[in-house]
Amino acid sequence: MERYTKPAILLHWLIALLIIAAFSLGLTMVNIPGLTPTKLKYFSWHKWLGVTVLALACLRLLWRLTHAAPAYPAQMPRWQQSAAHALHGLLYILIFAIPISGYFYSLAAGVPVVYLGLYPLPVFIDPNPELKPLLKLVHYWLNMTLLAAFCLHVLAALKHQFIDRDGVLKRILP
Amino acid sequence: MTLRSLLTSILAGGVAAISLASSAVAAPLKVDTGKSTVSAVFKQLNVPVEAKFKKFAAQIDFDSAKPDAAKAGVDIDIASFDLGDAEYNKEVLKKEWFNAAQFPKASFVSSSIKAAAGAPAGTKYDVAGKLTIKGKTADVHFPLAVKKDGGSLVFDGAVPIKRLSFNIGEGEWKDTGMVADEVTIKFHVVTAP
Repeated sequence: MERYTKPAILLHWLIALLIIAAFSLGLTMVNIPGLTPTKLKYFSWHKWLGVTVLALACLRLLWRLTHAAPAYPAQMPRWQQSAAHALHGLLYILIFAIPISGYFYSLAAGVPVVYLGLYPLPVFIDPNPELKPLLKLVHYWLNMTLLAAFCLHVLAALKHQFIDRDGVLKRILP
Repeated sequence: MTLRSLLTSILAGGVAAISLASSAVAAPLKVDTGKSTVSAVFKQLNVPVEAKFKKFAAQIDFDSAKPDAAKAGVDIDIASFDLGDAEYNKEVLKKEWFNAAQFPKASFVSSSIKAAAGAPAGTKYDVAGKLTIKGKTADVHFPLAVKKDGGSLVFDGAVPIKRLSFNIGEGEWKDTGMVADEVTIKFHVVTAP
């Protein structure tokens, strides 16, 4: 069965790992009470991870638009193919929407992002106490949506591998 | 009357006359607190963050015709420091930061205000004074810009300080890699017309 191209495979796993790291760090940091140096560090690292995901997502979208994905097995039901396309579409939207919502949440909170502590990134909006709680909520729920989509994505991959045994998972394995 | 007491009374009279003269030249200005701001700009992991002191009182005696007689003082209510997050606002009032329970106010008193060399008259001044935060007093110098806006005067300035010389951020917060030692106190004071 035809596989994804090497760069597509690399970008898939790299982004997956970075998202898992950013997601766990995000949950950890918001549960640290008060104000500690560790908390501030985690917030910065979380933002750097998010910005990295966004940059890689841009690369990945460009690559995907110029390189077709391998076709699904002929025996795969139509509805499942449509569902797979829809879920992949949603995942693509989220890997952009989540870092962007987080970035603007940080700006609204009056904390610009300095990538790796070295490169100040553009400030598009002024601190905004009204927008801040709204963006926080948006960032949170987009992440919960991602968690649900991620679970479906993994379950579907496992179903293809162990129930359908149709080699769909192999297309993306490193 | 002894010579000594005579001298003393002459001296006292002279001082009174001088202070009367200076207060007649430089009358205290009314500060429009709604338009004025005092904030601190600090860097955490190289990220510049600006936080406002929402409550402060400024006393300014200033007459551009006689800047040498000018005097300025600011009292800042430490508990009004706003980082934009209720939880953080509570944290910074604790002992290792501002210790607001023991030191509720920060204050600045000018000791000299001189017209800056080379600038058009009445626009720029060099200010020296004493800044007290968390019970520690340090000498500070900063440039002051003054402009007229209708009937009001607008004073702008930025005072560079080192937070550790005021013990702001003790214990694990002494690490200047986390929060830089250099902090700028920015003010924008507008007087009522």
